[in-house]
Amino acid sequence: MNTDTLENHDIGGQHVSEHIEELRIQDLHAFYGESHALHGIDMTVNQGELVTLLGRNGSGRTTTLRAIMGLIGHRTGSIVLKGEEIIKSAPHTIAHMGVGYCPEERGIFASLNVEENLMLPPNVAPGGMSVEELYEMFPNLAERRKSQGTRLSGGEQQMLAMARILRTGANVLLLDEITEGLAPVINDKLAEVLIQLKTRGYTIILVEQNFRFAAPLADRHFIMDHGHIAATIHKDDLESSQHIFDEYLSV
Amino acid sequence: MLTDLLGFPPQVLFGQLLLGLINGAFYAVLSLGLAVIFGLLNIVNFAHGALYMLGAFAALAAAKWLGISYWGALIIAPIVVGAFGIVIERLLLRRLAGVDHLYGLLLTFGLALVIEGTFVKLFGSSGMPYSTPASLQGGVNLGFMFLPWYRGWVVVASLAVCLATWLLFERTKIGAYLRAGTENPKLLQAFGVNVPLLTTLAYGYGVALAAFAGVLAAPITQVNPLMGSNLIIVVFAVVVIGGMGSIVGAVVTGLAMGVIEGLTKVFWPEASATVIFVVMAIVLVLRPAGLFGKAS
Repeated sequence: MNTDTLENHDIGGQHVSEHIEELRIQDLHAFYGESHALHGIDMTVNQGELVTLLGRNGSGRTTTLRAIMGLIGHRTGSIVLKGEEIIKSAPHTIAHMGVGYCPEERGIFASLNVEENLMLPPNVAPGGMSVEELYEMFPNLAERRKSQGTRLSGGEQQMLAMARILRTGANVLLLDEITEGLAPVINDKLAEVLIQLKTRGYTIILVEQNFRFAAPLADRHFIMDHGHIAATIHKDDLESSQHIFDEYLSV
Repeated sequence: MLTDLLGFPPQVLFGQLLLGLINGAFYAVLSLGLAVIFGLLNIVNFAHGALYMLGAFAALAAAKWLGISYWGALIIAPIVVGAFGIVIERLLLRRLAGVDHLYGLLLTFGLALVIEGTFVKLFGSSGMPYSTPASLQGGVNLGFMFLPWYRGWVVVASLAVCLATWLLFERTKIGAYLRAGTENPKLLQAFGVNVPLLTTLAYGYGVALAAFAGVLAAPITQVNPLMGSNLIIVVFAVVVIGGMGSIVGAVVTGLAMGVIEGLTKVFWPEASATVIFVVMAIVLVLRPAGLFGKAS
């Protein structure tokens, strides 16, 4: 019943309803060859929401993002994005529905310089940020625009990986472990960017290891374990749910 | 003026140098096509020699049955043979995505045998002449050597095609897609680029380059069904020396190997057939990824 389109999805901020479903996943199974990685995921994400997928390594968080993106060959169940079933869609079709993907390994192309990396993804929807705006948001990138993409520091590569999907007009962002291995000062910068994106109305699914980073940002947390969603925790219930975090996240 | 250079008459030296440059031009265009294909498909296209031969036959057929001139054939043959390549990619090669390299090698090698076998059956294995276009007949005496116009044209045309391909790769948006697709095709597709289509076009382009070389070769060598199978072995050595998938490496190595081969014919004729393979062996020992390749 979701009839909202890119045109009336107000990325400017004020009018994003919390109750319009952006993404609904039902009974999602995913397989890598013989190995069964997701065992029936159910989750919904509303427009303008920032949710996290938390869990230990191997719990299926990255696989969930890859399955939404269509990057896993064998998947069953239902993924409805902006009212449209995409379980059988190819990755490039899904991207053109306004989805931006930032992979775990950042995926900066070594054979392209910073600016080419930034300009590489085609526009998938109107309303993307301009290059000037992005260079303002990430000044380091502006200074190094002619450098080879992989010559950047880890933090700069992460900023480039973020910037290039913000340019395309995507308003659903799938971000995989963006803080991994980065200095605290960079993480602060990324948190600042996420808050800014949230106020602009982006819908964000964040795979995180770093709970301290995610806790103040997210509206809801999905705790994953062995290819299931083990618990869903609203931001208001963080304290009362501490035992759940301890059970599923502590090493 | 015509003093001997290193004990060899200059006519001989420059003559072989020119021959080497021409062979090098063919090596460059063919290995360039292989590099484009390997980059995106991860397939070593053993059918490349057969497709080069198809280019020459397409020119011959176009002249015989449709009265199309050499210049027309230079455009039409790559398009027709490239389209044939696109059909091969869609029907066969696509199914090999993600499986061991060996299957791609076997399939394309088998295709080469089928195509060449069919043409031997139809046309016999003796060569058929294709005449040099009237405007490029004759040549010019440079004082130290005689330069046939057609040979000069082959070098110029090959270099132009190589340069155009390089510009396409390095200076255009499509080129950025091709480079990114070579590195990480899945991520590129997740950004919204139709990578399967890009892959098909890359194969078609690589094949078209082979056909272009075939048309260029038609007036020099006789057109015969096995013209590609003799050449392709050397071209694979060139690709190994230059580094798999490197555009610049393919072109520079192709030209250099042609020249080295030509010079060897002057100084040590017996070694000229093997010199490229000797270079290949040395490069493999010293730089296994090839001169321009990136170690993986």
